[in-house]
Amino acid sequence: MNELLSTEEKRAVIELLYQLADDDFIISYRGSEWLGLAPHIEEDVAFSSISQDTMGHAAMYYQLLEELGEKDRDYLSHARKSNERKNAVLLELVNGEGHYLHEPRYDWAFTVVRHYYYSQAKKVKIESLKQSSYPPLAAAAVKISMELHYHLMHWTVWFTQLLNAGGEAKKRMLKAIAKVEAEFEDVLSLGPLSKEIVKAQLIEEESRLLLSFHANINAVFNDLSIPYKGEFTSLSGRGRFGEHTEDLSEALNTLGEVYHSDPGAVW
Amino acid sequence: MVSKIINHSINKDEEKILSFMARIEAGEKIEADDWMPDEYRNVLIKLISMHGISEIMGALPEKEWVPKAPSLKRKLGIMAKVQDEMGHGQLLLRVTEDLIKPLGKTREDIMEDLFSGDLKFHNVFHMEAPTWGDAGLIGWLVDGAAIITQTNMLSASYGPYARALKRICAEEVFHAQHGEAIILALAEGTEAQKAMIQDSINRWWESLLMFFGPGDAKAVGTSKQDITAKYKIRSKSNEELRQDFFTKYVPRILSLGLTIPDLTMHFDDQKKEWIYRQPDWNRFKEIVRNKGPKSQERLRLRKLSYENNEWVRSALSSGSENEAG
Repeated sequence: MNELLSTEEKRAVIELLYQLADDDFIISYRGSEWLGLAPHIEEDVAFSSISQDTMGHAAMYYQLLEELGEKDRDYLSHARKSNERKNAVLLELVNGEGHYLHEPRYDWAFTVVRHYYYSQAKKVKIESLKQSSYPPLAAAAVKISMELHYHLMHWTVWFTQLLNAGGEAKKRMLKAIAKVEAEFEDVLSLGPLSKEIVKAQLIEEESRLLLSFHANINAVFNDLSIPYKGEFTSLSGRGRFGEHTEDLSEALNTLGEVYHSDPGAVW
Repeated sequence: MVSKIINHSINKDEEKILSFMARIEAGEKIEADDWMPDEYRNVLIKLISMHGISEIMGALPEKEWVPKAPSLKRKLGIMAKVQDEMGHGQLLLRVTEDLIKPLGKTREDIMEDLFSGDLKFHNVFHMEAPTWGDAGLIGWLVDGAAIITQTNMLSASYGPYARALKRICAEEVFHAQHGEAIILALAEGTEAQKAMIQDSINRWWESLLMFFGPGDAKAVGTSKQDITAKYKIRSKSNEELRQDFFTKYVPRILSLGLTIPDLTMHFDDQKKEWIYRQPDWNRFKEIVRNKGPKSQERLRLRKLSYENNEWVRSALSSGSENEAG
């Protein structure tokens, strides 16, 4: 199958796969930092299941990259430097104040909004990827969409429940929505090779993805009687172009700590 | 007249206890809504709430290693494992909630008891886990030890606990395999990796012996072994379980080229038992009183997340009130 790709198409597939893999990998990492700290034990179980699924999705994409001649999947996930990463900046930002082992004062509202918006965006992309011209990617999308369905359902319940609760919860949620929207442009961006990606019919163009996203999320905001502006920026950088924050560098140091202690060893 | 009534009610209670004990002796399962003596209820609450909260506190030493696991496969494995542990905690807290309900208590009380130190958690989860070797060792030997103690209660007289344990034990077997896989990779690895496991065994050995509890009440002053045996909640004694652990794991540890940090350790062919150096039981008492090396730090994590998410719980309860209204 790979030999059927032109050089330009192969470049485009690789670029898109890095975006998809790095997105799922880093948000799953942020989810794993929440372990043991979620608002209640039932949520701890559900959230860690979602993070685990998401890490599984990242592993599938890294595997596809490995098969396209990139380095092995553990190297790709653990050893690439911050400026080589293609994930959206929103997904790398810390969960809140503190460290996952010391005085974590994580922000549940930000986590809910970030995961809800991300799951909605992922859903739009996955639906489009099911029709991808690159069959391994289309097959991966079919598998991922089955789990994503439940993730989206989970975050929708949290999103609507906390906004409906009013009071402090609603205040925190609206603040988190503003924070997420300020970074969200990056999430639905296809990066520097967007033209090639679309030309190769790997996924629909950005503007169409964005339209679907707006339509889906607007319906939810309507039900909640909250105005939806849908104006996104990339406040802290454009991750698709390799621009990242200090939060990502710190995360990479932590998640690669054991790996880097002996990259040649079998763990 | 009054004394007659009292006598009558004493007799009635005695009758209830006798018929309860007859059910226990006959191997019947007791269910949450059945009448049970206070002593039985109390010993179950103590045992199951401690087990449940230990599963939850037990996620914390491993939590340290979840984000740091050195490959995608290990990351997925340890994420699944710790998720299971939280799931066990949830399952056991549900069983406890049914037992404490008639006493007017809820899960909030369980958490409060944990923070106040009234509810203790397992000695092993007060200890440090400073290397990736510890992440493997916890899965391999701590979960291995847990399988031995929990299998011993699979036929417990209290039905809801026995059923929860059945599911828990099935998952613990996978955890032990996950831990063993990490350990095997290290044992077949570089000199530094081998040294890492030996270092973990040296660090954890005494805690593993303590895991089964003291041999008799003399060591620490109290023991619930007799009560749990009387009600057929468990069958083997602490010492028998510890011996089972040695029989299963000492040969495996040695076969990996590792040593056990106890030169007196050997199997006595005549006595048919393992001879070993007793851990420091005074230290054990200190540890479970939340004076272990990591007790306060881990309690702080739990407490901080409880306080930090107070607004979420309150939003959820106001939401359910709105719905109910």
